[in-house]
Amino acid sequence: MDSLLLSPATYKLFGFFPMVIFSVLIPVAAIALFTFILAKRLAPIVRAKPDFRFDRPVERVINVIKIWLGQYRHPRYMVAGVIHMTIFFGFLILSIRSTELVFKGIKEGFIFPGLGGILGHIYYTLKDYASTAVFIAAVVAFIRRAWFRPSRYSYPDSYGEDHTWEALLVLGFIMTLMVSESLYEAVAVAQQVHAGISPDFISPLTLGWFFEKISVHAGRSTLQSLHIISYYVHDLTFFTFLCFLPLGKHFHVITSLFNVYFMRLERGNIRPVRYGVSDEELDDLESFGVKKYDDFTWKDILDFYTCADCGRCSDQCPANFVGRPLSPRFISLKGRDFAFEHYSLFSDFTKRDEELIGTIYSEDEIWSCTTCGACEQECPIGIEYINKIVDLRRGMVDDGNVPQTLQKPLQSLGKRGNPYGKLEKKRADWTKELEDFEVKILDKKETADTLYFVDSVTSYDERMQSIAKATATILNRAGVDFGILGKKEKDSANEVRRFGEEMLFQDLRDRNTDAILDSGVSRIVTADPHALNALKHEYKDLPPVEHISQFMARSIAEGRIRLKGICPEEPGKVYTYHDPCYLGRHNSVYDDPREVIDAIAGIRRVEMVKSRDRSFCCSGGGLMLFYEPEEDERMGVVRVRMAKEAGANVIVTACPFCLTNIEDAIKVAGLEGEMEAIDLCELVEQHLQ
Amino acid sequence: MEILVCVKRVPDTAENEIEINSDGNDIERDDLVYSVNEWDNYAVEEAIQIVDKVGGSVTVVTVGDDESEEVLRREMAMGAEKGILLSDDAFEGSDGKGIATALKAAVEKGSYDLIFTGAQADDGAAQVGGMLAAMLDYPYASLVNLIEPGDGKLKVGREIEGGNQEINEIELPCVLSIQTGINEPRYVGIRGIRKVASVEIPTLGASDLGLDAGSVGEGAAKVRRVDYFMPEMGEGAEMLEGSTEEIIDKLIELLKAKGGLK
Repeated sequence: MDSLLLSPATYKLFGFFPMVIFSVLIPVAAIALFTFILAKRLAPIVRAKPDFRFDRPVERVINVIKIWLGQYRHPRYMVAGVIHMTIFFGFLILSIRSTELVFKGIKEGFIFPGLGGILGHIYYTLKDYASTAVFIAAVVAFIRRAWFRPSRYSYPDSYGEDHTWEALLVLGFIMTLMVSESLYEAVAVAQQVHAGISPDFISPLTLGWFFEKISVHAGRSTLQSLHIISYYVHDLTFFTFLCFLPLGKHFHVITSLFNVYFMRLERGNIRPVRYGVSDEELDDLESFGVKKYDDFTWKDILDFYTCADCGRCSDQCPANFVGRPLSPRFISLKGRDFAFEHYSLFSDFTKRDEELIGTIYSEDEIWSCTTCGACEQECPIGIEYINKIVDLRRGMVDDGNVPQTLQKPLQSLGKRGNPYGKLEKKRADWTKELEDFEVKILDKKETADTLYFVDSVTSYDERMQSIAKATATILNRAGVDFGILGKKEKDSANEVRRFGEEMLFQDLRDRNTDAILDSGVSRIVTADPHALNALKHEYKDLPPVEHISQFMARSIAEGRIRLKGICPEEPGKVYTYHDPCYLGRHNSVYDDPREVIDAIAGIRRVEMVKSRDRSFCCSGGGLMLFYEPEEDERMGVVRVRMAKEAGANVIVTACPFCLTNIEDAIKVAGLEGEMEAIDLCELVEQHLQ
Repeated sequence: MEILVCVKRVPDTAENEIEINSDGNDIERDDLVYSVNEWDNYAVEEAIQIVDKVGGSVTVVTVGDDESEEVLRREMAMGAEKGILLSDDAFEGSDGKGIATALKAAVEKGSYDLIFTGAQADDGAAQVGGMLAAMLDYPYASLVNLIEPGDGKLKVGREIEGGNQEINEIELPCVLSIQTGINEPRYVGIRGIRKVASVEIPTLGASDLGLDAGSVGEGAAKVRRVDYFMPEMGEGAEMLEGSTEEIIDKLIELLKAKGGLK
């Protein structure tokens, strides 16, 4: 009868060298190295600018439970998502086992506190299946990355070689860990069989179970060697992997928990120029925005560290799609590599005096962003882009570095309160064309219950004035006592802020705020999602604001607006709804506009593949209309094609900028007569009973 | 290099709807917004870029009333170090020569290697630069779209008829009138202007400049505006009216009818 195998804690190499020395040395050395690396990695975070993220702990914990622990955003990419979730949950389960193994190498028979009894039986069964599942997931991921190579992982030429090697190396580590852990246990059980004692239970059809079935035919010395070798292979791989994490994209294994905890809670807002500095104190600041690396906030650096290079942001980015020089993931990766280079692990930190624009980021790259938010919506670990882009723009604006095509509109916004330089007194001219009723202009004499905030494009653009007229007609027919500000209304400045012109934004915001408060209205409605966003998130102390689609959905439900059915002479019309970024992603209004469309009896509505929070930006509003990007094709044209593929020939939207871009795109795409675009208000006006 | 840039405050043509007043001797100025003459921005930007390269400082000067100070501040926010406002009731009603006389006096009070004007002003006649050079007896190059600073002289490029480029060497000190397109002027935001809000801008009148009041102003002007009107529609001209869409449709129709479009 054979004796049982010697454990790593008692085994002596060549009969005299106690392996327990390695069992102690490996973890001690590795943890020291790991701590050293992390301390170095913390340096740029400590030196960065402040970022207030310590509020609202309950919401933050809920985010961690949902987005980090629950992997809530992963299934948006089904294959990669399921693979990742398998590895993630497997790691969570196996972390206890791996820690236990480290101690088993030091003290024979060590069992994690609490895992001695029935709980242990459950846990060990679970971990057997977990390691097997992780192994299978790693094999599938390896094959996917090595042979199928999904395009979103590739690097454009300008960014050098892709990091497939890094992915494959780490998948190799994972497979090695799973195999060695299972083998270590399986050979011990095989020897128990030889020794004729009742073998420990190994869950059927797991890696360990297969290894046990195979190794049970081997002799004691082979099993003993495998037991010791697999233990130290596991031990070494485990600690190598640990120290490798902070060196590249697998840093997210450590940082993602924190990144999700500290992720933005609000949507639709832009962070202040400097946390802790009030609007009144802004004039005292030497510099605005991010110009040099140390101008980033600590959360920005944490974002850079956390990027897993998964490419989901860039895969959803409309700017990237049409060939503009912007790919959000490289905003993160270039930021991370800058930190790695200047905060080197094994030499002195180097100066970070260089301007980021012109070195790691380019002007066009930063102006290319429409702030649509698709990247942030997608990131499974809460990385942010809009705030960084806006802060880089603030830096450029502060240095006077603004594209020529944007300078005129900005100047006109300052002088006339609209980007076109049109006369203030003509802001309400569109109301003269309404025949059935008069729109009140809320000045000292007139008051009203509701303010219709029109905003610049809808006030001045001839085509978009039709949205203003439709909106006023709907409000009138619903019996609302409403008015407009007329020449006292200024541009809502949603894009002024997003283009980095903070002081001009504040000036326009303050003038609007005064005019709105003076008017004494008790609520505000607008048909422009950009105005909605600014009034709701960037202004303070205003009456409640809502979008006209929300108002219409409610009025229809309550019977204050009645719609007639679709015209019988218009058969063959198939409608689709395009979600404006500032209504959908930034303000979560998805269902109201759809309900309004569906309230028209007999209407045929289809959904585009990219809809709701995955809507594809039309190319942006406000100042974006004046920017001339480098691009291969227009975002609007891509969007029109998507609508066509969905089988629609009428694109309904709820934003004047979307309507502008999509109508232009229909012409550019040569689909005039075949496709058309209409605003939700216009559609409703046509069907008012 | 010490550079003086002459700038002017003008009604912004892009942001105003210019209409003739009821007397027919000027434009309706009630709802006008003003800004710095567009060409002058290019001149100031060019001066700043030269100083960035070879050292020195940029001064901006304008002839006008108190409100003209805002354009000086704007140009100082771009990076001009000093501003000088030439303001006096005696300057009222000056013709181009009167303005050039005031500027000449300002030039002589300082020590400048290089003087820039815009090639022309939105509301002007492109005459002050040349007159100023002649009065100072300085060499002059107009419509400059390229400058390479050298030792005691400059290489200047001028765009001439047909899009050809000519390069001249010009000795310092000199006067150059700057064409748009020579550079990309930087943006000036509210923040930039606030930063220079408290910088002192000296105001000089005729006596400060040592000028005889009779050499400037309405009395000295030998050019006088006698009328101001929108040109009558000439023969063969036709104004299309209606909404933009309607105008486009009519235009296409016309072009097709006359064989310009097939």
